[in-house]
Amino acid sequence: MLHENERDLRETILRISAVDVRKCMKCGKCSGSCPAYEQMEYHPHQFVAMVDNGDIQALLDSDASFKCLTCYACTERCPRDVRPARLVEAVRLLKIRKQGQNHLKPDAIPAKLEAELPQQAIVAALRKYSK
Amino acid sequence: MNYSYYPGCTLKTKAKELDRYARSSAEKLGLHLEELEDWQCCGAVYPQAEDEIATKLSAVRALAQAKEKGGKLVTLCSACHHVIKRVNLDMQNNEYIRTRVNNYIAPDAPYAGETQVLHYLELLRDELGFEQLKKSVVNPLKGRKIAAYYGCMLLRPAEEMGMDDPENPKILEDFLRALGAEPVLYPYRNECCGGYIALEDKGQARQNVDKILHSASLAGAEAVITACPLCLYNLAQNAGKERLPVLYFTELLAEALGVKEEA
Repeated sequence: MLHENERDLRETILRISAVDVRKCMKCGKCSGSCPAYEQMEYHPHQFVAMVDNGDIQALLDSDASFKCLTCYACTERCPRDVRPARLVEAVRLLKIRKQGQNHLKPDAIPAKLEAELPQQAIVAALRKYSK
Repeated sequence: MNYSYYPGCTLKTKAKELDRYARSSAEKLGLHLEELEDWQCCGAVYPQAEDEIATKLSAVRALAQAKEKGGKLVTLCSACHHVIKRVNLDMQNNEYIRTRVNNYIAPDAPYAGETQVLHYLELLRDELGFEQLKKSVVNPLKGRKIAAYYGCMLLRPAEEMGMDDPENPKILEDFLRALGAEPVLYPYRNECCGGYIALEDKGQARQNVDKILHSASLAGAEAVITACPLCLYNLAQNAGKERLPVLYFTELLAEALGVKEEA
């Protein structure tokens, strides 16, 4: 597989997320607020720091971005308006925008159907996990 | 007053009650909801990336149609409201997105976020008024201790959603008071239920749901209300040992207005 270099990946993440990682003052409030903290290998504040440092491949190799609930607690509570959820989304998009890298495939949906499962859940999951 | 109305995919299928009680209540209150023609699913999650254009189109199509029909669009599902409201702000404020979306859709007149997006709760609070709602109640829900569950999408990011204080909201509590019920305050009312993670990891959803229901239960709630079909599913289906009845807020509304049976 063709790997872009980390500098290009960092630029792509900054461009499509429109996040200014340099605004972060490392208070940790984002990760302190995160309801998926335990499930995420890298926590919201680490997404900010790792993108800032250009440590992109580790984020791409992790499934942390799939554990984010996009609840915007990190974004709401950030005193510097950094919006970590947008970085998590950008990393997730870099992963699933590659051919064959969808995290959830439509074929897997029938096995997950339950009587009460709302359409909203399926649409949301497909939007988050596949392209 | 006439309003365009966007029900969304789930309100036509698993969440029919959310829609049905909302329509019968609106009629009783003299609020005329007209369903948009040929609306498309909003996508359920707001596409955050600057370069995501195709995923924003269905929301814009709904918004542009509402603009032609009076300029006020009422939403009900939390997810639809979240997506449509934020895409509308992109169309107002983000030239990159506005240009590309208009190039793609090629509407008769370019759409630039002119439509006003109102959640059904905002319709009751800001257009009708909770005082007026209170006057229309025929079956006050006296003595009913109800926990309002906001979840994420109605409130955050507050700068964009603009509905209420994201850390200490009161729109649902004020709504409950107008119906004569007793709102129960509890710490987890604006914490996430897990949302779509239920398809990926039920255990992760259950962990969140348990905290929310335990918190509501400790505060003395006999039931929980929500505006979101996915929250209702998680709270009702992915609960562990703590369980409470979970209802759509429109069901209580219809009950208080005396239109529940005919809905």
